[in-house]
Amino acid sequence: MGTEKSKDKTEKNVLLRCEHVGKSFFENRVLNDINFELREGEILGLVGENGAGKSTLMKILFGMSVIAQTGGYEGSVFVGEKPVKFNSPFEALEEGIGMVHQEFSLIPGFTATENILLNREITHYNFLVEAFGERLSTLNMPEMIERGGKALNTLGVDISPKMLIAEMPIGHKQFTEIAREIDRQNTKVIILDEPTAVLTETEAEILLSSLRKLAQKGIGIIFISHRLQEILEVADRIIVLRDGILVKEVEASEADVVKIAEWMVGRKMDTSVFEDKLEDKNAEVLLEVKNLWVDMPGETVRNVSFEVYKGEVLGIGGLAGQGKIGIPNGIMGLFPAGGTVKFRNTDVPLNNPRKVLNLGMAFVSEDRRGVGLLLEETLDWNISFTAMQVKEWYVKKYLGGLIKWRDDAAIKQLTSEYIKTFDIKCQGGHQLAQELSGGNQQKICLAKAFALKPELLFVSEPTRGIDVGAKKLVLDTIRRSNREFGMTVVMTSSELEELRSVCDRIMIVDEGKVAGILPATAPSTEFGLLMLGTSETHRREREIQNGKVKTK
Amino acid sequence: MKTTGKRSFKNLLIAYAVPIMFIGLSIFTIPLSGFSPEYLVQEMVIRLARNSFLVLALLIPIIAGMGLNFGMVLGAMAGQIGLIFITDWNIVGIPGMALAMIISIPISIFLGWIAGNILNRAKGREMVTSYILGFFINGIYQFIVLYMMGKAIPIGNPALVLSRGYGIRNAINLEGIRQSLDNLISLNIGKVQIPVATFILISAFCFFIIWFRKTKLGQDMRAVGQDMEVAEAAGIPVNKTRIISMIISTVLAGFGQIIFLQNIGTLNTYNSHDQTGMYSIAALLIGGATVSHATIPNIFLGVVLFHLMFVTSPMAGKNLIGSAMLGEYFRLFISYGIIAISLVLYAWRRHKEKERARMNLRGNS
Repeated sequence: MGTEKSKDKTEKNVLLRCEHVGKSFFENRVLNDINFELREGEILGLVGENGAGKSTLMKILFGMSVIAQTGGYEGSVFVGEKPVKFNSPFEALEEGIGMVHQEFSLIPGFTATENILLNREITHYNFLVEAFGERLSTLNMPEMIERGGKALNTLGVDISPKMLIAEMPIGHKQFTEIAREIDRQNTKVIILDEPTAVLTETEAEILLSSLRKLAQKGIGIIFISHRLQEILEVADRIIVLRDGILVKEVEASEADVVKIAEWMVGRKMDTSVFEDKLEDKNAEVLLEVKNLWVDMPGETVRNVSFEVYKGEVLGIGGLAGQGKIGIPNGIMGLFPAGGTVKFRNTDVPLNNPRKVLNLGMAFVSEDRRGVGLLLEETLDWNISFTAMQVKEWYVKKYLGGLIKWRDDAAIKQLTSEYIKTFDIKCQGGHQLAQELSGGNQQKICLAKAFALKPELLFVSEPTRGIDVGAKKLVLDTIRRSNREFGMTVVMTSSELEELRSVCDRIMIVDEGKVAGILPATAPSTEFGLLMLGTSETHRREREIQNGKVKTK
Repeated sequence: MKTTGKRSFKNLLIAYAVPIMFIGLSIFTIPLSGFSPEYLVQEMVIRLARNSFLVLALLIPIIAGMGLNFGMVLGAMAGQIGLIFITDWNIVGIPGMALAMIISIPISIFLGWIAGNILNRAKGREMVTSYILGFFINGIYQFIVLYMMGKAIPIGNPALVLSRGYGIRNAINLEGIRQSLDNLISLNIGKVQIPVATFILISAFCFFIIWFRKTKLGQDMRAVGQDMEVAEAAGIPVNKTRIISMIISTVLAGFGQIIFLQNIGTLNTYNSHDQTGMYSIAALLIGGATVSHATIPNIFLGVVLFHLMFVTSPMAGKNLIGSAMLGEYFRLFISYGIIAISLVLYAWRRHKEKERARMNLRGNS
């Protein structure tokens, strides 16, 4: 099928072309010399890890204002033969480029039709228009419904144009959103950013087939997905981004899941600093998690079971939004959660952060500035705060505990101790937390958790937003506390290489479920496959077993 | 089927908790007050005619997602300035009312434009902002009426001006237009007199709202009201739309105040507008409206229930405990209390809805 398409492809007009497109956010280069073209009726699959530059590229193509605000981009974009430089999405829409976002931009109290035709309503003239302008013309609802229905029909889904968005299942919302782009008369290119992430199996099937239908009408489609199987199924051509560089452009017929995963992950330098990986299968189980679900917006955990052994460093990896961050947040009681969690064989009460802290667990949050620090307080307070609250350490008691006073001398000593061991760059314990750099703030967060002397430490995205040197220090600190003081650590990170360098075992989370647990020494492509492929392959297998899809 | 029926009944109870509470309350206070049914019906008809227009002025900002417009007192002040002028110029009857309305329009538009601009800078906190804005504009109103009128602004009629030579008296007799609209077409059913012309005006306005919702502007307002960001992304001029909704509301509040005062017959220069916003909002909320959703039936139900309580509770208090003050206290307590309760209920319900929306994301429960 793919080859047939590619034969006649060359005769078709180019809809969109990128030449030497690059972009850096201040000092941070995210895109470098991207070249590709999209032809009439072609479906282009775009894949890459988080942070590979996919969204930045799409933002450039769709003229999102964040690009212009951060200094524009390099290179040039052509629509047809015409060079364009969009300053706002409206200009992109005018040139016929539509985008379906990951988050829905639909109005819940409106019907499908009203959303599809939002601000493009069909109106009747009346005399008041003469006096007060176009906006007082009345809506022509029957005609609007007809047009909305037509757009939905093009997609091949059975959604009533009169249905309220609020009453729709999530998949129908996605279709409504796509229908809106189709309805625009001049749409030539549609960009879909992870459209199937929220769909059920059958809905995803319908979506893919409707994409093919649209392509047959001559519309060019850029399809971004983490589900490689889908990309292979629907795309004519695939481009792979890695670290801001277009590493591969290939016909879909010449690619397979394993190859793509390899291109995406690449053969990066193995930065494993610590070679002494722990692989003691008989170790004591410290934490046991069964059927955990966590309702954390954007990081939903659906059903997760795993065990943490005493003395190990367990890594939790996976793509953004798949739920890896939800796991520590749920166990620590910061978001509504359910399931059973056992710590040293005692039940851990969920949704109760205080009890969890009392049991001997501590958490370094990924939300450093929000949850992690008291930004407008001194380092002294920041480091000792949780210990004072939870353990009542660094507190002087008078009258048999009726009066509790802060023990400032002890706090000072504690702070200077941590400033020394963690090499925190500051003027001393009296400085305010907000005055420190990101890396040093992160060390304060770690010090705060260490001050509790926890048996089990959760560290979430410890290196996010800090520079390379600080990264290494933070990771070293985590590793040392584990190896030297025997603190068990569960570390969450989006960077696989980072996990591989610090952890003994790594668990990959995908779609709110555990995709697999591998020793950190396993090759990176296997982790890549877990992140992208397995749940997909399982899904396909299930479908084939159920007879929903014929094997090809 | 049975459980869904039960649930929808429960939802209905929750949705109409406030009006149901008031119906329950009225069942007690009506017999206790000892008023005759004719008297109560007459009172309700008068108060419907008097207040409905003011409450209707609240609808459009709610559609535009700006909550309850406490800033409607701005319009009330504009209306009162119109009334002061026509009293001074001694223009009576329907032409007087019409002229007062015409005078109020530019003032209302200006004040509504100011309010809209300020509220655009205070998105998400419209209600408290418009409430405080009401106090601020009240200061300017007092300055104009108390110091400018009779000095910078010529006022010829000495009956209007304070004895010191400038400033408007505390009470103005609106003899010229007193009930001129109410009595324009008068119909008696039994002993109950019905101000037909006023009701025609009110129903015309209801039709205007129904029609307005179907215009492009009305549709844009609904979109802005539900999700500003999405509306913005679709190219709807969000800020402009919000300003327009404030202007419409303010102009209509001015008309409403003129209709209200022609029925009362006297203008308390410095107090008449004070309670306009509070009472109108209380009435609307009692009718079952919320901060984000209000319908025309809410208005009429609310006006009737609120004023039923208003009329009966002082007498009921007197007959029950021998003190009318208790009833008076009670009705003030109720009107403020009901606003507080409605706002809390609304926030609580929103929270519940959000939780329900996320329910399917939670495991095995």
